[in-house]
Amino acid sequence: MTITRRKLRPLGALLGVAALALVAACGTSAGSSGTATPGAQGFTPPDIPMQKSLGKMEGKVNILAWPGYAEDGSNDPKVDWVTPFEKQTGCQANVKYFGTSDEAVNLIKTGDYDVVSASGDATLRLIAAGDVAPVNTSLIKDYSEIEPFLKKRAWNSVNGQMYGVPHGWGANLLMYRTDDVKPAPTSWGAVFTDASKYHGKVTAYDSPIYIADAALYLMKTQPDLGIKNPYALDQEQLDAAVSLLKDQRQNISEYWSDYLKEVQAFKTGDSVIGTTWEVIAQVAAGEKAPVKAILPKEGATGWSDTWMISAHAAHPNCAYAWMSYITEPKPQSEVAEYFGEAPANGQACKITGAAFCKAYHVTDQAFSDKIWYWTTPISQCLDGRTNATCTNYGDWTQAWTEVKG
Amino acid sequence: MIDRRSRAALRLLTAVVLVVVYVPLALVVINSFNVDRTFTWPPSGLTLHWWKVAAHSSGARHALLLSVEVALLATAVALLLGILAGLALRRTRFFGRNVVSLLIILPIALPGIVTGIALNNAFRTMLGVELGFLTIVIAHATFCIVTVFNNVQARLQRIGPSLEQASADLGAGSFTTFRLVTFPMLRSALLAGALLAFGLSFDEIVVTTFTAGPQEQTLPIWIFQNLFRPNQAPVVNVVAAVLVLVSAIPIYLAQRLSGDVVSGAAAAH
Amino acid sequence: MSAPTAPAPARAPEPGRASLLGRSEGLRTGLLLLPPMLWLGVAYLAALGALFVTSLWAQNDFTGDIERVWTLDNYRQLWEVPVYRTIAFRTIGIAALVTVIDAVLAFPIALYMAKVASPRGRRLLVIAVLMPLWASYLVKAYAWRGMFSEGGLIDAVGKPFGIQSPGYGLTATTITLAYLWLPYMILPIYAGLERVPDSLFEASGDLGAGSFTTLRRVVLPMAFPAVVAGSIFTFSLSLGDYIAVTIVGGAGQLIGTVVYANVGSANNLPFAAAFATVPVVVMLLYLAAVRRTGALENL
Repeated sequence: MTITRRKLRPLGALLGVAALALVAACGTSAGSSGTATPGAQGFTPPDIPMQKSLGKMEGKVNILAWPGYAEDGSNDPKVDWVTPFEKQTGCQANVKYFGTSDEAVNLIKTGDYDVVSASGDATLRLIAAGDVAPVNTSLIKDYSEIEPFLKKRAWNSVNGQMYGVPHGWGANLLMYRTDDVKPAPTSWGAVFTDASKYHGKVTAYDSPIYIADAALYLMKTQPDLGIKNPYALDQEQLDAAVSLLKDQRQNISEYWSDYLKEVQAFKTGDSVIGTTWEVIAQVAAGEKAPVKAILPKEGATGWSDTWMISAHAAHPNCAYAWMSYITEPKPQSEVAEYFGEAPANGQACKITGAAFCKAYHVTDQAFSDKIWYWTTPISQCLDGRTNATCTNYGDWTQAWTEVKG
Repeated sequence: MIDRRSRAALRLLTAVVLVVVYVPLALVVINSFNVDRTFTWPPSGLTLHWWKVAAHSSGARHALLLSVEVALLATAVALLLGILAGLALRRTRFFGRNVVSLLIILPIALPGIVTGIALNNAFRTMLGVELGFLTIVIAHATFCIVTVFNNVQARLQRIGPSLEQASADLGAGSFTTFRLVTFPMLRSALLAGALLAFGLSFDEIVVTTFTAGPQEQTLPIWIFQNLFRPNQAPVVNVVAAVLVLVSAIPIYLAQRLSGDVVSGAAAAH
Repeated sequence: MSAPTAPAPARAPEPGRASLLGRSEGLRTGLLLLPPMLWLGVAYLAALGALFVTSLWAQNDFTGDIERVWTLDNYRQLWEVPVYRTIAFRTIGIAALVTVIDAVLAFPIALYMAKVASPRGRRLLVIAVLMPLWASYLVKAYAWRGMFSEGGLIDAVGKPFGIQSPGYGLTATTITLAYLWLPYMILPIYAGLERVPDSLFEASGDLGAGSFTTLRRVVLPMAFPAVVAGSIFTFSLSLGDYIAVTIVGGAGQLIGTVVYANVGSANNLPFAAAFATVPVVVMLLYLAAVRRTGALENL
């Protein structure tokens, strides 16, 4: 059959269009990373202007938050500190939850959100990529009341310039069902070396950063591995952690990143023990699940969260208004109690009561420094070693896929 | 024909399959009345509370409205493009015809996640367009074309070219022929295709997740975000139960319309 | 299978018409095809092409930005790290299993609907088969999650028989996927079986074949393209699925979950794109293989 011109025309059009598109793809800029080089604190963040003064409220703000940080009554009508904010400032708040720091980084890059509550394993990545702007702390109403040991730390500032407003901090805990897990566990070993006792019912956090939890356990139980910082793992140490996690995988029911999924799993009994946040334990207890959350004896990884403003914020004034509002004592106390964390603003203790503050070590810097806060692992060892190359987050991500199998 | 024993066996198998198909749906309906928000089995009590909440749920209403709008627009676009493609391909047999057919089928034959991330990448990175209502419509229309196209093609094959040739012989131009002869014959096939396209677009979640802006919540997206929330999960079940019951109407209509085609096709053999 | 179309009639000049469109068949075809092809070409093919191009780029794993440096690293990683191969084969295996299960479940009901049921029964059955499609896919998967959970429906019903729920995992995933795609298999088979003339049954019976033999040697071969057409849906839908897996799959990973995780969480679009080419290639091969059976006309 001879192929005449008219038969080729639709094909030709197709190919032409496809070729054009490919050329266009090559030509479009997809976000350059030329300016920022990762490395210890020695990277240079891109030059993004800091807001000098507050202007008129835009009437809207898009908030990217950890679940439980920006409650607007839709989860529990009694738990709502967003509506007062909306009434006070006229900024309609549109809240989106994310489950892991990776999701947060990805979502901020879309440019659709104004403000994000970033943990330490997301903050530096956002700063380095130019996704967040430096914060003018003089525009934050109660900034002076924030605990000093949270300011100008390695994860929320570069060269003394703050890139966010501290929100709160806490540890990852071990949660278990009191009716299925006896005797009460005291060690992370319950989900690692002794996990086979709860075969098929163990749960763990679904993020590469969880490798640090395994590394922390090894740090305490296998000192000859030489792990000094669970985020500074050379290849051999990473392999050991991965091996531990692969053993744990045999006993896993499911990994969770959606906190409500974990609540449901504990309620039905599909999971009986695993990593958690305090808020999950409290919500589960509210759903009449017999659970308890403890801080095991080896210590824990944790998170110190910072509100950051997007470099592409469409509503920067409302964003600053939110950051101001959420760090005032009353909202701080509400978040801290609902989520179960130490608020950054020590004045919140006056509202929550001294017992709460004591339990969460709100002003206790020594305790706070014992927690291994989520940090992005980089090739330059975070424990100061110069004779070794540490694995970076890309290696951890790949290792995590291997762990899950 | 098929003997009595085989017929009985078929009847039994059909009943079994139908039971299997409807048990989870029955569970959904029961859970919409469940007192317990995390749906442990058996339900500890029944309540109408969630139906009342659902009736007032503005989130669900907005999502439903948005889904309907998207589906209508996507179906309209798919209709237009499907008719054009179907008309174009019917009489010519050329090498490109198979390629074109393949291209039309591709959006629905390739896994949704591939389509989703491809379109997301194209919109955001390549074109720098913000995701929003139109991007969803474009995505949905793309994989809905095939349903219209197939129906048009099947119908055109069945009716053959003779009537249109007669119309041309009587002096009617192309557009007139299409308007007065072809289109009326295509109508029921178009409607069946449109209904299927509407259904596809309405329930689509995967591609939509990647092509919807943060403000746009179609019904599936709303369901996905509320599926695990203790206060909303039962409302989601209510919405799903309502959808199933209400869907009987358009399906019945589609059956009536294409039912004529089906019996006609059988007779033509 | 499609009936061959009649060749275009010899071009006799139409009386008294100067319509350009009327005169040139090729031009008309081209113009008619232009909008849909432009749409599909631009919206779809170009997007796929751009995605493929992205898979050849690298990602800065600290900032998450895409670096437009040409590299085959993503594909190398796919090839060298064994877990991705495991996941790919596992997904293909599950997709195949789901397809087979659906074909086996769908055939009897489709046959009943096409040949045994009364016209009214047929209509009711079609409605009954189509209605579940409108209950959101998510809600159905979630219902199965409830059924598989500890103390859920399967445990409750199976207790007297000593059957325990398999819990969340690959078994649950297979069952759920098979359930979700069943209507997509029933409909094409039903349409295909309807096209099988009744007279063939009678002829086969006259020649002395029992029902089962008739089914096996006459009906099945004729319905095969329709089965394959349905299988395109079930196979493709299973290959790319990540939602049902997340809901009932426990800790299991399929291609869809890895791609989704890399796009969403890991910000590694280049790698996700590279891994996404696996199901694309599989489907293209599958489509090419089934084209000869004529299944594509039956969709």
